[in-house]
Amino acid sequence: MSVIFILWLREVKKYVRSRVQIVASLGGPLMYLGVLGFGLAPVFQRAGEGSYLQFMAPGVIGMTVLLTAMFSGIAMLWDRQFGFLKETLVAPVPRLAIMIGRTLGGATVAVLQGTLIFVVTLLAGFRPVSLVAVPLAFLVIALIAVIFSALATAIGSSLKEMQGFQMVMNFLVMPIFFLSGAIYPLEGLPRVLAGLTRIDPLTYGVDGVRGLLTGRTHFGVALDVAVLVGVGVLFVVAGAWRFSKIEA
Amino acid sequence: MRGRTPFRPWCSSVVSDRPIIRVQHIVRSFGAVTAVNDVSFDVRAGEIFAFLGPNGAGKTTTIKMLTTLLRPTSGSLELDGLDPTTHQTEVRKRFGVVFQDPSLDGELTAWENMDIHGVLYHVPRHARRVRCEALLRMFELWERRKDLVKTFSGGMKRRLEIARGLLHTPKVLFLDEPTLGLDPQSRNQMWTHVRSLRASEGVTVFLTTHYMDEADRVADRIAVIDHGRLVATGSSPELKAQTGTDSLEAAFLALTGTTIRDESATAADQMRQVARVWRR
Repeated sequence: MSVIFILWLREVKKYVRSRVQIVASLGGPLMYLGVLGFGLAPVFQRAGEGSYLQFMAPGVIGMTVLLTAMFSGIAMLWDRQFGFLKETLVAPVPRLAIMIGRTLGGATVAVLQGTLIFVVTLLAGFRPVSLVAVPLAFLVIALIAVIFSALATAIGSSLKEMQGFQMVMNFLVMPIFFLSGAIYPLEGLPRVLAGLTRIDPLTYGVDGVRGLLTGRTHFGVALDVAVLVGVGVLFVVAGAWRFSKIEA
Repeated sequence: MRGRTPFRPWCSSVVSDRPIIRVQHIVRSFGAVTAVNDVSFDVRAGEIFAFLGPNGAGKTTTIKMLTTLLRPTSGSLELDGLDPTTHQTEVRKRFGVVFQDPSLDGELTAWENMDIHGVLYHVPRHARRVRCEALLRMFELWERRKDLVKTFSGGMKRRLEIARGLLHTPKVLFLDEPTLGLDPQSRNQMWTHVRSLRASEGVTVFLTTHYMDEADRVADRIAVIDHGRLVATGSSPELKAQTGTDSLEAAFLALTGTTIRDESATAADQMRQVARVWRR
């Protein structure tokens, strides 16, 4: 337990200390919120879908959590060769404890970053329909964070070269974001795209957060949560398995 | 390779005849490449043992096998009577290690790096405090304990890694190229520290280096490895006598030849290059 706690604490301490990184990683989501949020608003309004800001704010929160969580896992690749990870790999503690500590730490950081962008969306004019639902929405955000931290751990444990990072960003992280329905409604999509959005875990995450914060949902919050929990268990097991196979 | 060491009660009291590390006929292959090929040696408790060899000779691979990070393809290993492949956790409690590449967390302070290590090795809270302070003082880092490690010089980082590796009072300390990239002053200071460790901690030191002068200065015994094979073992005077040379450098060249080793770059080498650029 103390091992999990100290490794979790390490991730959180590092996050709080890296102010530059906090501000820098807000850049991407802010761009989407500012440019797309306001740029597409008139079209969205004219199509009879209501406020686009209201629609995409949960998507931008989801994006922030996705990027932060994935990044913490990719950083592991560097950490393994030039950092602290090797120190933990030779310690007389089970690999599983290390993996859980790191993954929970990465997930916590992602939730903190998501909270920050949530505040930004409030400043930009986003209004949740009920305050009671906000803590529930954060439970869904926490699920998204755990899923992608675990996925990042699995990938970080399997990759050998830094070049792989670019691959992961272009062929995994960006598609996960663009296919998630974060920036467009899931209704009336072409069949292929609709199929792809359904196999993207982030789709259910964004839909769940959106359902709780704005009342608009495609699958229903219950189904969203069920899928997220299922995928979460799967990814945590996969992450733990890959992590146990690291030969430094 | 000598067999069982004879009982010699007149030997110095610090170095015992009991082997703390026994390596017998280990082989490790990566695909078609055999990095370590039928290597056998003993390290006695309390001695400073140097593993000397050119780049790519198999030094780091051997350390990784002894420190439970790699499994040998065949052969047997023993550390303090335990097999690292089957008694992983027990063996890990018994050694400290400083890897070739840094393994400190630069975003944390020196104290935090030490403290986390203590938690990972289940050192009780009070003992952890006392020991952290003693080691940080010994390695002249106490004044800087609250500073982030990323602000430390290369020599200070290495000292901190050694201090950390000793926190859980290990029986063996592995040092993989501990002076690589350090200036002569830091190297000198490093070896002074390492030699005084045996007196103060009674720890066995297993180090790798390709600097002959360093092995000559600090090691009780030296094993020369080349192309994954052990080519000679003995004290510095023994190696010189064996090769009929007057310096360890000449003995080393006589044993390993003068051709320059061109290793193919691994993923880790590529990352090291990137790291060098980023550090500027």
